[in-house]
Amino acid sequence: MRRIAKPFALLAALLLGACAREPAPVRFFAEGMPAKLSEWSVLVSDGQRLGLNSGVQPYDLNTPLFSDYAHKLRTVWMPPGVSAKYDADNAFDFPVGTIISKTFYYPRPDDGGAADRVQRSDPAASSFTDGALDLRRTRLIETRLLVRRQDGWIALPYVWDADQRDATLTRIGALIPLQLVDAAGAAEEVAYQVPDQNQCASCHNTDNLARVLQPIGLKARHLNREFDYASGRADQLATLASAGYLTGLPPAQQRPRAADARDMGADLTARARAYLDINCGHCHSAKGAANTSGLFLDVAHEPGIHFGFCKQPVAAGKGTGNRLYDIKPGDAAGSVLLYRLESTDPAVMMPELGRSVAHREGAALIGQWIDAQQGDCNR
Amino acid sequence: MRQCIPVFAIALVLGACGESSNGPPAPAADASYAPKLQQQLLDAKPGDVIEIPAGRYAFDRSLTLRANGVTIRGAGMDKSVLSFKGQKAGAEGLLVNGDNFTIENLTIEDSKGDGLKISESKQITIRGVKVQWTGGPSTKNGAYGLYPVKTSNVLIEDCVAIAASDAGIYVGQSRDVIVRRSRAESNVAGIEIENTINADVYDNVATNNTGGILVFNMPALSQQGGQIRVFKNRIVANNTGNFGAKGTPVASVPAGSGMVINSNDDVEIFDNDIADNATANIIVSSVYSTGYKDSSMADGFDPYPERIYIYGNRLKGGGDSPDGLDLKALRVASMGLTGHFPDVLWDGYYNKNRTIDGQPASGPQICLEDVSGVINADGPNGYDNPNTDIGPFRCSLPKLPAIDLGRG
Repeated sequence: MRRIAKPFALLAALLLGACAREPAPVRFFAEGMPAKLSEWSVLVSDGQRLGLNSGVQPYDLNTPLFSDYAHKLRTVWMPPGVSAKYDADNAFDFPVGTIISKTFYYPRPDDGGAADRVQRSDPAASSFTDGALDLRRTRLIETRLLVRRQDGWIALPYVWDADQRDATLTRIGALIPLQLVDAAGAAEEVAYQVPDQNQCASCHNTDNLARVLQPIGLKARHLNREFDYASGRADQLATLASAGYLTGLPPAQQRPRAADARDMGADLTARARAYLDINCGHCHSAKGAANTSGLFLDVAHEPGIHFGFCKQPVAAGKGTGNRLYDIKPGDAAGSVLLYRLESTDPAVMMPELGRSVAHREGAALIGQWIDAQQGDCNR
Repeated sequence: MRQCIPVFAIALVLGACGESSNGPPAPAADASYAPKLQQQLLDAKPGDVIEIPAGRYAFDRSLTLRANGVTIRGAGMDKSVLSFKGQKAGAEGLLVNGDNFTIENLTIEDSKGDGLKISESKQITIRGVKVQWTGGPSTKNGAYGLYPVKTSNVLIEDCVAIAASDAGIYVGQSRDVIVRRSRAESNVAGIEIENTINADVYDNVATNNTGGILVFNMPALSQQGGQIRVFKNRIVANNTGNFGAKGTPVASVPAGSGMVINSNDDVEIFDNDIADNATANIIVSSVYSTGYKDSSMADGFDPYPERIYIYGNRLKGGGDSPDGLDLKALRVASMGLTGHFPDVLWDGYYNKNRTIDGQPASGPQICLEDVSGVINADGPNGYDNPNTDIGPFRCSLPKLPAIDLGRG
C-alpha cells in the first residue's frame, strides 16, 4: 500500500514544488508569542495535507500518554549546528532554539458526518503516512509547541482553524465538544480540553519546586523504537543522531526501552509500568506535583507502599470510590488506582487533566496487572 | 447549549430534594468574565494584584496560577463569587503553585474537586475567603475547601468553609502555620491539620461537622507532624453524619467528634470551649483505630500519639450518643444504659517499648487537666477491658512555643 502511494506523494511534492511557493524555513522566535502556528513554519498545511517542513523530524513513543483517544503527530526541530545531549533517564538536554510540536488529531469516521464526529481508534496508531496527514480524513484539534529559549522552555497551545490551514494561539485553552464514534457507530461525547498555558505546566513542571517546564516524552526509554519514515522504517534514536539532533547516543544494547503497553507479547508488568510511567509518572514522582500523595508511579520507583501497594489514600476525597487501598494486590476492583483511571468525574479521574473519557484499553491493562499481583493488605 | 446545562442541573437538584432554598435565588453566574481572569492569571507577574469585582462568575474549567508574588483580591467575601457549578474539567477550583501568594475577600463555590489548592509554595495568606458547596453536605462535594499542602509560612484567617466532603480547612505536610478567626461548618472534618509541623489554631468556630478540629498524622507521606497548639476555639455540636467516601482517613471519624488527635505527637489543647459533641468532646487515637494496618505504613512511621497536653478547656455535654456500633456498645458496657462518655476518649494504643532518655517510658504522656474524666477504650483488645482511671493521665508537659510567622 505504502509502496503504491509513494510515487503519488512524490508527484504531489513535485507539483507543490512546481506550483506553490516553497515553505519558508522553520523560524525560531527567541521571544514573543506568534498568534499563528504557521509563523513558526514547522508544519505545513494547505487544508488538504499536513506535512513537515525541511529538517523537522517526526517521532513516536513506545507508550504514549492517553488524551481522549486523540492521535498525535510529534516532531522536533533544532537550529543548524546544535544538538541535544543524550541522557539515559531524564529528558535529553536540548539546545536553545529547539522546537517540539505535538499535533492532536482524530481520523474522521468512514461515514463522514459533521466535523465534530471523530473516530475512536487506537490512539497510538498513526495516520502519518509518507510524511503527511491526509486532512480530508483527519480532524485536527490543536498543536502544542514546546520551545526552548534562552531562559527555558515555553509552552504554546494553538487550536486549529475550521479550514485546517492554520492554527491560532489560544493561551487560555478551550473546551472542544466532540463525538467519539466507535467502529459500530456508537457515539460518546468528549469535552476535549485544550490546556491553558498554566496547565501545560501542570504536567511539564516535572519538578514542582523548580517550576520550570521540561519535555516528558523525549527520553531514551520512550523514543527507543522504530518509526515509519517517508524513506522507510528505521530506528528513531539512530535517525535523530544521524540527523545531527542527538549526541552521546550509546550502543543500541545500552539504551533503555519502555514497553509498548499494547504489545500483548510483552511482559505484563513491563507494559503496566510503561503505561503508569508515561501517564502518571510526570506528576507521581518524588519531585512532581502529585508528590503530596506519597504515591510514586514513575520508573524510578519499585513496587512497594509508595507505588500504591496496600497504601491507603490520603487526600483523595470521593476519589477513593469507597476502596481502601491505592493498589490492593490481586484485587483490581478493590483498588483506588483503577477506580480513578476509569472515572470521568473531574474530581476523581486520573490524570486530572487531558481527558474526559476513560481509556478502556489502558484501564483494562492496569486492572489485569493489579489482579496478577500478590500480597495481603490485611496484616 | 452550554449555558443550558447549569439550569438543567439546578432543576434536577431541586426536583430530587423537593426543598425550596432560603432567600432569593442567587443571580445567574456570568460566564463572560472567565476568559479575562484566565488571561490575568497567565500574565501575572510578581507584585500584581488581580482585582475581582463584585459579581457572580461562572467557570467551566479549573483556574491555575503559577507566578510568585501575586495577590488575588475580591470585593468582599460574599460580593465576588467564583462559581464552578457545571465545571467540566480540572480537579479543583483554583490551583496555585507560587510563593508570596495572597488571596482575599471572595468566595469559591461548588468546585468539582477541591476549592482552593496551593501546593509546594511558601509565604501564603488566605484571608476572608469562603469555600462552600451550596447543596449542603454530600459525598459528591469536593474533598477540601482550603487546601495548602507542602507549604510553609501559611496564614489562614477570617475564612469560612462549608460542606467539604473531606476537610473544610485542611493544612497538609506544611510547616509554620496559623489558622485563626475562621469558621468551619457542615464538613466531614471542620479544620484538619495533617502531617504538619508548627501550627497554631485559634479563635475559630467548628460546628456541625462530623469532627470539629482534627490533628492527624498519616503514614507514607513526606513528613510527620508535631508541635501543634489548638486554643480559644469553639468546637460545638459536631454531630453531622459522616459523609466522607470510604477509604479516606476522615471517613473513619465518628460523627460527634469534637477535637481529635490521631497519631500526632506534641499537641497542646487549651482554653477552648468544647461542647455537645455526641461521641466525645475530645478523642485521642492512633491510626490503628482509623483502619490502618502495619502493611499500610512506611518504615519508621510512628502510629502512636505522644506528649499530648489537654488543660484549661471549658467542656460541656457530649459523649451521650456515640457513632458506630463499637462505640455505642462500649458506652453502654462501660458507662451504663443512660451514661455518657467522659470528656476524653482514648483508644488505648500506645508504644509499650518507648523509651525516654534510655529509660522505659511509663506511657504515652497523654496529660489531662480540667476534664470530667477519661475512658481508655482498650482498642487493642477489641474494647474488652475499658477503664476510666484518670490516674495515668495526671501529668503535665512543657508548653509549646507560639508560632511566629515573622510578619510583624
